[in-house]
Amino acid sequence: MLRRDLALIAQWIEPGARVLDLGCGDGTLLAHLRDTQRCSGYGIEISDSEVLACTRRGVSVMQADLESGLRMFADDMFDTVVLSQTLQAMRHVELVLAEMVRVARRGIVSFPNFGHWRHAVSLLGGRMPVTPEIPYQWYDTPNIHLCTPRDFELLAARLGLRITDRTLLARARPVAVLPSLRATVALYRFEKR
Amino acid sequence: MNAPGSVGIVRPQSLHFDRPLELASGARLEGYDLCFETYGELDASRSNAVLVCHALNASHHVAGTYAGQARSAGWWDNLVGPGKPLDTRRFFVIGVNNLGSCFGSTGPMSPDPATGRPYGASFPMVTVEDWVRSQARLADALGIERFAAVIGGSLGGMQALSWAIQFPARVRNCLAIATTARLSAQNIAFNDVARSAIQADPDFHGGDFYSHGVVPRRGLRVARMIGHITYLSGDDMSERFGRSLSKEGYGYGFGAEFEVESYLRYQGDKFSEYFDANTYLLITRALDYFDPARDTGGDLVRALAPATARFLLVSFTTDWRFSPERGRELAQALVANGREVVYAEIDAPHGHDAFLLDDARYHRLVGAYFDRIASGAA
Repeated sequence: MLRRDLALIAQWIEPGARVLDLGCGDGTLLAHLRDTQRCSGYGIEISDSEVLACTRRGVSVMQADLESGLRMFADDMFDTVVLSQTLQAMRHVELVLAEMVRVARRGIVSFPNFGHWRHAVSLLGGRMPVTPEIPYQWYDTPNIHLCTPRDFELLAARLGLRITDRTLLARARPVAVLPSLRATVALYRFEKR
Repeated sequence: MNAPGSVGIVRPQSLHFDRPLELASGARLEGYDLCFETYGELDASRSNAVLVCHALNASHHVAGTYAGQARSAGWWDNLVGPGKPLDTRRFFVIGVNNLGSCFGSTGPMSPDPATGRPYGASFPMVTVEDWVRSQARLADALGIERFAAVIGGSLGGMQALSWAIQFPARVRNCLAIATTARLSAQNIAFNDVARSAIQADPDFHGGDFYSHGVVPRRGLRVARMIGHITYLSGDDMSERFGRSLSKEGYGYGFGAEFEVESYLRYQGDKFSEYFDANTYLLITRALDYFDPARDTGGDLVRALAPATARFLLVSFTTDWRFSPERGRELAQALVANGREVVYAEIDAPHGHDAFLLDDARYHRLVGAYFDRIASGAA
């Protein structure tokens, strides 16, 4: 069973698409897309154990960090490029987004919503939030660029990205009421304007 | 599952080929012998054969030991055997000695049928492509139409790549480890220094030293020493030797006082006793010449376009002789061709030599890749 946010991402990818998955982990999404939607694709992954897991699944993978890994690909090589739950840990967010729409027609990102009400409560209580989506202490977190859906939308506009789809999730289900406060995860699909 | 083991006692075989081999240089070998070893069983459908290509100083003796010979384990014995990453219970593994080498296949030490004397300097130049075409004839003779995989490290990796390019229909998987699609100027320079050392040795006699009953040992020794330095990483050398001295205090002379000097000289001496000087020249030249993109105006993407195999590429972070940049370049060109490829960069401290060592992450990866081949999925 595919993780809910990955299943939603998969729905945004057309059958037969060429897909690049940045930080592809154990290759679950790419293997799923290959097996159910006839997609072909590559992953970029830095971890030895995840590269091994991809190899076991027969998923094509490049072992590299995302920023140098993206440079390995020529312009418009892919239909869709996915960056799942990693944007907030990127050092050069703008560059990565620009690179995504260089190598592919469309991009999909997901990230934890820092604007969740529980984070606000935690901050009001004088502490940095620690939640299932952001389970780190302030001193050991890899998340250096946390943002809210609104923040992301503003950046996307500034970078000339057209957002075509948005889903805000709480407990892996879309949230309709007060989503920017209640959603834990934000999912976007965008393309070059 | 049994503990990983050895393929046990093995014996080399030899096959003679009568059909002349046209070489890249325009010369031809009228006839030749290829020395090889096999491990495991060829299955009924003849689909589980794996060819192992060797690097500069290795041979067909990939795995197992020779009867009655201590310390005779094959050069990739840690990778090939029952329960090992290349599992001989599932694969039929072939190791073959390349033409021009000095371990049994026809080379400069072999008698030239035209004169009855060793070829020596007159042995024709052989290239990676020539080797691959001779190996293809061995595959024909063994009844293998298509390899489950061709694997090699370093110069062996070049052969694996060349197989995938020259005989795409005969290679299901190509495992190219610690290799490159072309040597850098720096690499060629090192090779030239090594060759110069051999050629400058008065015992070399222009390559025809056999008739003089001598061996250009001093040249071979220096060639090996310089080669060996480039196979290790700087950090690894510091770690192993540092500035340690063999005896206490400086001797204020030029003997082997530092541990690293003793080590290199020992390696050089050992090498000069078993390796042929002409073979060293030939093989380093084959390394220099390998450049499949030479036929496509330097375009590696087009050079690799014919290759249809699935690929496993492995680089080692501290390998400065065949650096990860070169591995990435290969991966990139394969991706541009839409090929299935796993490119792994193993963070190992041992430089180029890492491909021969049994780093657990590296071996797990190669094992996992072969598991997938064996399962029929790749």
